[in-house]
Parts: sequence; structure tokens; C-alpha cells
Amino acid sequence: MPVNKDFAGRTFPATKPYEVSRVKIAEFADAIGDPSPVFRDRDAAVAAGYPDVIAPPTFPIVVTMASSGSAVADPALGINYALVVHGEQRFEYTRPLRAGDVVTAQSTIESIREVGSNVLMNTRTELRTVAGELVCTAFSIIVERGGVGVA
Amino acid sequence: MTARVKYADVEVGSELPAVSFPVTRLSLVRYCGASGDFNVIHWNERIAKSVGLPDVIAHGMFTMAQAARYITDWTGDPGSMTEFGVRFSAPVVVPDDDTGASIEVTGTVEEKLDGDRVVVALTARSAGAKVLTRARAVVRLP
Repeated sequence: MPVNKDFAGRTFPATKPYEVSRVKIAEFADAIGDPSPVFRDRDAAVAAGYPDVIAPPTFPIVVTMASSGSAVADPALGINYALVVHGEQRFEYTRPLRAGDVVTAQSTIESIREVGSNVLMNTRTELRTVAGELVCTAFSIIVERGGVGVA
Repeated sequence: MTARVKYADVEVGSELPAVSFPVTRLSLVRYCGASGDFNVIHWNERIAKSVGLPDVIAHGMFTMAQAARYITDWTGDPGSMTEFGVRFSAPVVVPDDDTGASIEVTGTVEEKLDGDRVVVALTARSAGAKVLTRARAVVRLP
């Protein structure tokens, strides 16, 4: 099944609220091997000028990938997920995500195009607090390698 | 707290010291759990090889996280990034041994922007291959 180009420009519903916790931030910081106390200790974070423990710069992917991933996994889009690799990733930050934030992610498929035997999809995912504050925007390029093209 | 790099002290063209970050099978298992990305190519050698990979490979986002740490270790402030983007140009192949692989990161100050912001261009290599290209971070400095 070819990839359905009609999905370009489509915006998907926002995800359910995700509560950022100190424990999850510390687990993520441990997993990436970054020992900074600002990711673990509220006092250290406050001393560094933050209201609470902040999350590492790539932590938002935990929330944004669930959103863009479910958009890309829509059966009507026709992506063969076994052939998918992560091509590019970019974040624009308003501020660091931090413990206590309750956020939702909303994804848009910005474009779908063929490059050789690959299909490239650009997604944009906005991460906002439930109060509406934009915390960061994640831009991903998802590549379906050697599929059957677009239609 | 780590000393913070100041905008006034940064010179365009200056090179940041290279840093090597280790990555083992255990790193990938932990990253699967922490990130929620359980794609089998990051922990199952049999399936990784069946889809044409040389071995288990690291998550691109794990490599991006090491590059982010490289930048924030330099600035001294883990919350200093305003923008960060990379292209995943080659996989980081992680063998099943006690050493694993390493990711060597280097950076160069490319530009100074208004608003006390600095652009750093990065490279990341593993086993001789460029694993990140077009890697660029913008940080806000005091």
C-alpha cells in the first residue's frame, strides 16, 4: 500500500495530558548518563535559577514521539512501520520542560515526499502546558525506506 | 554548580574540547525503558540483522542526548538551549561485549547572535562514521 499523500497538512488531536515528574526526569537523565544535579535535586535546580527540577533537552521526545508516532501509525496513512527510521530531529525551546508541567502534544504532518526509493515525512509537534503555554516544538523527519512510494 | 560560559567570552571559530561518550547494550536497554521506545533493533541482535543492520544499533535520540549533554556541559547550564537539531546520518552499532561503542563529539562556535545567543556546530562519530550531520545547537548565555 502506498503512502497516502492526502495526509500532508493534517493536524491530529492533541494527546491526553502528561504530567512531568521528578522521578521520570531522573530516570531519563540516568538512562542518558548525564549526572547533572539540576535534573535530580530541586535545590540545585533552584540555585541554577529554575522553579523546579528541569528535564534534559531531549526529554520532550518522550511525549512528542507518542504523538507524532500515533499520527504516523494511522492505518489510512499506509506507512509500513517496519521500514521506518528516524531521519532528522530538531527542537525549538521556549523554556526547559520541568517537573510539575502538565503538557499535551499535538502533531501535524507538514509534508510527504518521495526521495529516490524513500518516503520522507516531516512532522511538527507542539508541546504545550494545559494552560496553553508553548514549551517546545519538535520537528521530525520520519523515513520509510524502500517502500512502495506515495499515491 | 559548574561555572557558566559567558557570551562576552565566546569567540567565533573557537573549538570545544572533544569528548567521548560510551554506549553499551545496557545503555540501550535503559534508554528503551526511560524513553518508551522499545523498537527491537535497539535490543534484539537477531531481528536487527534480519532487517539488514550489522548489529543492534543505538537509538538516534540516545546519540542526540549525548550531543546535547556535550553542549550543556560546555555552557554549564543544562537549560541553556533554545534550539537543537540533528540529522541521523549513520547508525551507532553497539556490539554485545563489555566495551560497547563510543560516540566522539566535537563542536565549533559558528556564530554569535543577538539576545546573547551562540550557535555551535557539532560533529559526532562512532567507529569512524559520521553518525550526526547538520548538528547545530543554539544556546543562550549569561
